[in-house]
Order: sequence, then structure tokens, then C-alpha cells
Amino acid sequence: MQEAMINRAKQLLADGAVNRVIGWKRGEFAYDITPAVFETAEELEKEFVYDDFTAANVSKYLVKESKKEGKILAFLKPCDTYSFNQLTKEHRVVRENVYIVGIPGGPKLDAEKIKAKGITGILGVKNENYTLKIDTVYGEEIMPFYEAILDKCATCKSKKHVVYDELMGEEGDVLDSNRFDMVEKLENMTAQERFDFWRDQLSKCIRCNACRNVCPACTCEKCVFDNPNSGVENKAPADSFEENMFHIIRAFHVAGRCTDCGECSRVCPQNIPLHLLNRKFIKDINSLYGEYQAGEDTTSRAPLNDYKQDDCEASIVHERGVE
Amino acid sequence: MLKISLDKLDKLFEAISASQTLYIPVDREDGAAEYKKYESGMKLSSALNTLRSAKDFFFPQTENLVDFKMEGKNIEVIDVREESEDFVIFGVRACDARSFTILDKVFLAEPVDSYYKNRRDHGTVVTMACARPAETCFCGTFGIDAAAPEGDAACYSDGESLFIEAHNEKGQKFIDSISSLLEEGDTAKLEAVRAKTREILKKLPLAHLTTDNFGGDKLNEYFNSDKWGELSESCLGCGTCTFVCPTCQCYDIKDFNTGHGIKRYRCWDSCMYSDFTKMAHGNPRLTQLERFRQRFMHKLVYFPANNNGEFGCVGCGRCLSKCPISMNIVKVMKALEVK
Repeated sequence: MQEAMINRAKQLLADGAVNRVIGWKRGEFAYDITPAVFETAEELEKEFVYDDFTAANVSKYLVKESKKEGKILAFLKPCDTYSFNQLTKEHRVVRENVYIVGIPGGPKLDAEKIKAKGITGILGVKNENYTLKIDTVYGEEIMPFYEAILDKCATCKSKKHVVYDELMGEEGDVLDSNRFDMVEKLENMTAQERFDFWRDQLSKCIRCNACRNVCPACTCEKCVFDNPNSGVENKAPADSFEENMFHIIRAFHVAGRCTDCGECSRVCPQNIPLHLLNRKFIKDINSLYGEYQAGEDTTSRAPLNDYKQDDCEASIVHERGVE
Repeated sequence: MLKISLDKLDKLFEAISASQTLYIPVDREDGAAEYKKYESGMKLSSALNTLRSAKDFFFPQTENLVDFKMEGKNIEVIDVREESEDFVIFGVRACDARSFTILDKVFLAEPVDSYYKNRRDHGTVVTMACARPAETCFCGTFGIDAAAPEGDAACYSDGESLFIEAHNEKGQKFIDSISSLLEEGDTAKLEAVRAKTREILKKLPLAHLTTDNFGGDKLNEYFNSDKWGELSESCLGCGTCTFVCPTCQCYDIKDFNTGHGIKRYRCWDSCMYSDFTKMAHGNPRLTQLERFRQRFMHKLVYFPANNNGEFGCVGCGRCLSKCPISMNIVKVMKALEVK
């Protein structure tokens, strides 16, 4: 696939159809891949990579990139197309400045999962029929591919591209995913158990803002938490409860707009399952306002921005709150 | 060298914690290691390193500096400083141990930071030699020997016993306090283990990275490099690298209005943040490129310029594994060096 992508990108550059390409750049190791913009065929040949570790969603970069001169070619995985569509819906990207080539997605690998097996000194990772052969300074290690996939890929919601100008590879379907299983598990806990679960998780937060900065739904020009004039700006918690509130407020802010791309949890250095907060909102919106998938289209009205006479009453909060 | 059998580690920890607070790296449920205050039954993590660095012990992410209480037109200034209790950090790796030397150059230089010094004076750093370094390790680049860590006292394991040696008075005092548990041991096997570790260190992918082309005299050469645009283009501007870094030492001082007074606190700052060093006139670094450049120039040029050539990095590799977009000091060094 990588070779075909490079060739197609070179062709589009040569034709003048686009003047830049956004994709992924090779790193020092097998897994440390960086999103990058390529401008020449030489750069593409030298550094462009698309493999089991190219998990980063490049849609958010298009907020800036699509406002530059000329057209940019973006290779988008199915999950990335939902983010892009949502950004189009919110008028955050200039659609006509992006040429989208839909590419097959994951499952993508999580280097942390390989390292968690005690595998270290990694020099190379090969996928041979869904068995990972890992070359290390301590010798070769083997582990099943599916034990090393990203959490966001283990609960993949769709292999279908919701927006593209052309497709490479086979198109997939929307999946009947298991993504709400953990949310249900949390719902079935007692209020105290759930409170303890989240306090335990969110207390790990180091307030690096990686979740917010990677989030395609967080595209405010200036976040209220970064603005010294807002009165609520803070780089660090004044008390241990503030971190918890930061994440809950952020989940509210992206509710109805979060496409469940899973980047927040992927990048969290403390392994906090932040996506579960967003999924709770998605599940609630589905059950209270009817099935809705953010990013599926660019024209429909989002349930939380729309009013219908049969919308649930605000009292639902109290009714559900009763144990 | 004095030693204790590895199956008696529990007894060792019990003995240390009987007289002072002990922190050891333990495994978290998600597999990451972190320092915890020792309680009976806790097991020492076998992880190469903790997810967060050990700098928190001396330079915590947030701390209160002073309180102000207001009544009418009177302001009362309340000094919140308290003498720290004695504590031991056990199992610090060679990279993190060196980071304390670097932090000392910032906080113990005149004017001495009394908050930092208080904790530094009361903390004993007991290091642990590495046996299984990772591909992300490059401490050797900064002249650190992972097989012979610094610290007040250092530990080495040969798979059967834990050997302990003191490096200074504080370390000797620590060993004296547990001497009843220790016995004289034969270090022949230990030397073999060390030699093996050093062999592995040589084989690591970053073993050949050097600082030869960096230092205080490279200001103009690198500040104006045209590589910064490309290097920083996908930077998210999050603070992950700076917050997992053992040597990043920038902080902000802020006032928290409690409604009836002010708590003046300091917290870690990050040069990656848009309001970093914002002053009355505005912000000196308006773009992410400038903020990104600041981090690496600080570690590779400004810090050595002001500290007799010492670099502001210890090669622990945390930023290599934690940056959401996998951009890091190694990639920056390699890119800048190419003319």
C-alpha cells in the first residue's frame, strides 16, 4: 500500500493537482512515526511511510493546512474521514483545498502494548501473518498481532470512508462494534464505584493537554484554559479535583461533535481512558435523541444543536440519577 | 561491597521505612511504573524506568510558596514553608540521578531556592544500575554510565544479591542505618553483569549519538537554522515532553484567589504552551516554531553556555516514547547536524 500511495502522491504532485501531501514520516525506530507534510517526490520517496504504526489522525492538521495556498493531498483512514467531515460541518477546514484519498485503516499497532510484554531494545517489528516478529538487542521476540493493537482499533466503529475524492484499496463497512461495552460496565457500577473509578483514572493526569491538542473536535483558536484573561486559565491544578473537572468539561464541550476517533486516549502519556467519557455522551445521545454519528455527513443537524418536540425532558438527568 | 539477598528486599524496605519515608518504583495496574510511598507488601518494579521522572521529589508539579490573608486594609503574609521530613528515593536510574545534578545548577545557584534546597537536603538518592536498557536510551551521549549510576548510594544486582555502595556521607549514613541486614559479598559475578550491560549499551540504536556538534558556542548556527519549520510543523503544542522530562525546570508563579486571601503557588510551566513567559508587553515567542525551538536550544545550547558545557538532557528517552507525534531531541539533533 505504501508504495502505491507514494506513486499516487508523486503523480498528483507532478500533475499540479496538489502542491503538498500530508501523511506520515519514518522515525528512528519501527514505531515512532511523525505526521508530516511533503512537498516533493524526493521527500516522499525518502521518508513517507504507511504501515502498522501510522495511527495518527492527520485531519486536524488540515484546519491550518487547508487555509494555505494551493491544494493538499490528504491520505485519510476511515476513522480520519469522520473527523474531517465533522470539521467541514463546523466550517473549520476548507474542503475544496483538500484532495482526499481514502486508504484502508487499521488495526494499527501500539508500541506501548509491545513494551508492556517486557519486550525492549526494539530494533524492528515485522508482521508475518498476524504474528509480530520483533527484533531486539536481546534477541527475537514473538507476539500475536492482535495483542498489540491500539485500543481505538480494538473497538473500531467503521471501515467505511465517509468522505473522499478517490479511494485506494477496498472499501469497508460500518461495523457493529463493541465500543459501548465498557461504558455499559461503568453504567452498571454503583455511583460510588464509578466515582472511585474516575477519581483513580483522572488523578493520574499531568495536565499536559495532549488529549485536547490532538482532538479534532478541539479547534478553538484560543482555549479558555490557555487564556490568562479568562479567569479559569490554569497550567496546574489548584487542587486534586480540578483535573477531574477539566476532563469532564472538555467532554461536555465536544459532546455531539466527538466522532470517537480515539486519539485522546492514544496520546495520553498516563494511559487514562479518556474516550470513555466521550463514548458515554455518544451512547446517551443515541438513546435519548436517536442514533447519531458525528462526522457521518456534513449537512444534518446535530441532536444537541437541534430542537424537536419529542426531545427528552431535562428531568431525565434527575430520573437517571436515582440509584 | 556490602550486599543483601534479593529475596530479602522486603526486609530491607521495612528497615528503611521504619526510620524515614521511603519511595520505590512500583508497577501500576496499566503496566506503567511510578514512585509510591512504601507500604508493607509493595513490590519493587522491574520496569526500566518510571513513567514520570523522579524530579517531582525535589521540584513538585505544584507547590504553595506563600499565603496572603486580607482583612480590611491589612495584608498578612504567611510563610507556608515547613522543614521537610527525611526521605529516601530508592531505585533511581542513572539518567534521573544525573538530572538532579542539572536541577541543582538551577535551583542551588545564588539566589538559592529554599523550597528546593529543603527537599534536596532531606532526600537521600539511592540509585539502581540498569541491566536491560531500551532502544530509547541514550544516556551515554551525555557521559552517563547506566551500569554505574551516581546518587548518594548506588545498588547493583547480579540476579541473586543486591550490592550497595555509598558515594558520599549521606549515602554512608543510609548504609549504616541498614548495616545489620547487610553482609560482605563477592563482586566477581557483579562485574560480569556490568560488563554485559555495557556491551548492550554499545549495541543500542542511539549509541553513536554525540553532543560533539552542540554546545554554548552554537547559538547563531542553530538558532537561525531553516530546519526548525519542518521539525516543529506537526508539534501539537502539548506539554508532554516537558512534563515527563527529568531536567525541564521552567515554572510559573501564580496567585489563586481563595475568596478571603491569596495562595501564591508555583507550577511547572512548559515552553510548548502559548502563554509561556508571557509578560506585560505580551509574549516573546508567538509561534509554535519559536516555542519548539526554545526547548531544544535550551537543552543543547543555552544550558551548556551557562553551565560549563553541561547539557540539559540526560538521555532517559521518556520524550521519545511519550510524545504524541514522536518528535524528540534525538530527531532534532540529527536534523540540525546535517548541513
